[in-house]
Amino acid sequence: MSGTFGNPEIVQEEVDILLIGGGMACCGAAFELMRWAEAAKAETGVDLKIKLVDKAAMDRSGAVAQGLSAINTYIGSEQDPADYARMVSNDLMGITRDDLAYDVGRHVDESVHLFEEWGLPIWKTDDNGERHDGAASQNEGLPALKDGGKPVRSGKWQIMINGESYKWIVAEAAKKALGTERIQERVFIVKLVNDKNDKNRIAGAVGFSVREHKLYVFKAKAILLAAGGCVNIFRPRSVGEGTGRAWYPVWNAGSTYAMAAEAGAELTMMENRFVPARFKDGYGPVGAWFLLFKAKATNAAGEVYMETNKKLLDDYPPYGQAAVPASCLRNHLMLKEMKEGRGPIYMDTVTALAKMRETLTPREVKHLEAEAWEDFLDMCIGQCGIWVGENIEPEKKNSELMPTEPYLLGSHSGCCGIWVSGPEDLGAPTSEEYGDIPSHLPSGWNWGYRSMTTVKGLFTAGDGVGASGHKFSSGSHTEGRIAAKSLVKFALDNKDWKPELDTDPNVLAEDIYRPVRTYLEFKDYTTAIDVNPNYITPKMLQFRLQKIMDEYVAGVATYYTTNAHMLKVAEDKLEMLKEDALKMRAKDLHELLRAWENYHRILTAEAHMKHIQFREESRYPGFYYRMDKNFVDEQNWKCFVNSIYDKDGKKWTVFKRKHVDLVDKSKLFKPAKH
Amino acid sequence: MPTFVRTDKCDGCKGGDKTACMYICPHDLMKLDKDGSETGHVMRAFNQEPKQCWECYSCVKICPQNAIEARHYADIVPLGGSVQPLRSSDSILWTIKFRNGTMKRFKFPIRTTPEGSIEPYNGKPLPKMADITKPGFFTQENGFRAGNPAELIRK
Repeated sequence: MSGTFGNPEIVQEEVDILLIGGGMACCGAAFELMRWAEAAKAETGVDLKIKLVDKAAMDRSGAVAQGLSAINTYIGSEQDPADYARMVSNDLMGITRDDLAYDVGRHVDESVHLFEEWGLPIWKTDDNGERHDGAASQNEGLPALKDGGKPVRSGKWQIMINGESYKWIVAEAAKKALGTERIQERVFIVKLVNDKNDKNRIAGAVGFSVREHKLYVFKAKAILLAAGGCVNIFRPRSVGEGTGRAWYPVWNAGSTYAMAAEAGAELTMMENRFVPARFKDGYGPVGAWFLLFKAKATNAAGEVYMETNKKLLDDYPPYGQAAVPASCLRNHLMLKEMKEGRGPIYMDTVTALAKMRETLTPREVKHLEAEAWEDFLDMCIGQCGIWVGENIEPEKKNSELMPTEPYLLGSHSGCCGIWVSGPEDLGAPTSEEYGDIPSHLPSGWNWGYRSMTTVKGLFTAGDGVGASGHKFSSGSHTEGRIAAKSLVKFALDNKDWKPELDTDPNVLAEDIYRPVRTYLEFKDYTTAIDVNPNYITPKMLQFRLQKIMDEYVAGVATYYTTNAHMLKVAEDKLEMLKEDALKMRAKDLHELLRAWENYHRILTAEAHMKHIQFREESRYPGFYYRMDKNFVDEQNWKCFVNSIYDKDGKKWTVFKRKHVDLVDKSKLFKPAKH
Repeated sequence: MPTFVRTDKCDGCKGGDKTACMYICPHDLMKLDKDGSETGHVMRAFNQEPKQCWECYSCVKICPQNAIEARHYADIVPLGGSVQPLRSSDSILWTIKFRNGTMKRFKFPIRTTPEGSIEPYNGKPLPKMADITKPGFFTQENGFRAGNPAELIRK
């Protein structure tokens, strides 16, 4: 039977392991998973059934779709995983899980070496210190990274690449590993389904095709949910066509957090957000400009605010006193200039390039210009669009910088996400100190299967893993691989267990297709398709969400400030918005995609608001300020804030978990030995 | 409108059900107007939701007819510039035109191996199930770094 609009065909499938998402994390998982599945078959005879479902096409899905100009996490032989864990911790104001960061740190180079083997061009430095692009260096006989080749460091942790096809290459390896029969593209999973006999266990997932009238119901023993972070919950600075020019990909809709929350998984640090200071409007990357080209950011008078406002860093000990202050504090110093009327803020590209030219040969100067453009062309072409439209040549004219609207993510300079089981060999705590943790949740930082959430059988990676951060593309791939081993182990340990969905597939279909049926039922009530008292368009619902978040939950409208009263207003408004989400319409499958993305956004936004409300301090000055608690309170709030959601009662429970250091952080703040 | 499709170049991918741009767009923006009822142009693709375009250029790069270009965000960018790539199997060539007529060209490598040539497990060991709960991956390409145990202060 083939489906029709409003009456989809229900396709049911049972697998052992389901991967939701097709970005770096799931590509890493697919690669590692298939090899262990092969080993499992050889040793135990169990033939695991595996499937990957992506709402887009793996070649260009996820945050790396456009490409990247750098791999931001490469440890190299000169650093220790503990150094990495320390950096992650300080950038996120001291509250991260060292076990998770350390585990990424000791594994991540392995993935980077594979990328190079697969064909990703990685820049190299020769013995004279000259830079060579990734293809030229190979032709010139410079060794690969794994054979001791020296990368071009654009910072302590970053290495430069020619990364236009980064995702294409990583996806090719994942697709080859899986084989086409295990890949389902253009299917958007929108809900996880718990087990009938154990509500704290996962049994499946359900979604729909955006191409055909088909609804997919998967049963699975183990699920990896890695569907990215969350974009467009705050009103963006550009509200016309420029709405699409989000800093993080506009298709990251909070699906990871919302689906996990509804399944009962414990979230962590959802109060954390990232407000990147980027090239204004195009949101072009600043890393290479600061670290590779040594450019300075200035106010309108040319003053370097990181120096003139340096004393503000002393307000936030010890995080302001590390060699590299936390990202939020760098914003804090910039915001002072903007608020006191000394903007615009500029990236002084002119001086930086002029200085570099002083010591370079003409050939190197030409290469330098190409490098500067490639930095944008590889990962943020929209910024080049602005440069050409405004006649900006970086050696002749400086560009404006601006802090963006807030983003929620767990893989970049952010640490919101899901609470997962960590490695057992690093000294992580196994008990808890605070008493108000719901009793069904595990104690300590590991509970059996690495990367498993607090819901049995549900795993996550990349943006999904909270309380870590700074894993970026390579670290997300790595986390996918780490999770893959656990997925195989879990599936084998539960090989005789049969998942049973707690909800009938027809009921699930009814729920998921509700926006379509609402549309079909009421569309002829009015003459204007978008104005109808019986429904709301996904677009208008998104505008409402963005207005609430921007005005009450510390968006750009209030210079990232809020307080308990404003949060209470937001709380009430979000509740009504969540009710109205049930009245979204979808006039076609494309709009059904938008409807569910926006439902995920609302839940993610609500979690963000509840966590900020619960944490009675301002942990991330420069990212948000609770003006009624405008301080960092190390004594009472150097802890994790975690939460669970009850999807039936639609209520959040928010609580504290104790933070401890597994590596010595004081090393960050000691004067340099040399 | 962020990306747009030229009527004189697009051939609707020769009458297939799905165009290359529809296949690739990460945000489901590209759509084929089979009968011209949505755009007035029969068998041409179009960007159905320009305000959601990330300008990631996935459609621009994949179009076999080079029929897709970008007109940068009208609410931000002055008119007249263009940034257009030509992507081959091993490199990408960018032609950059400024509003004031200045032109620049850049060529960058995109991969060092032939497209489709990755053999993910060639020459890589098959792991032992006994190792599945230990740190490390099935393949160790000199990338795993155990770290200095003295750094772990709670162990």
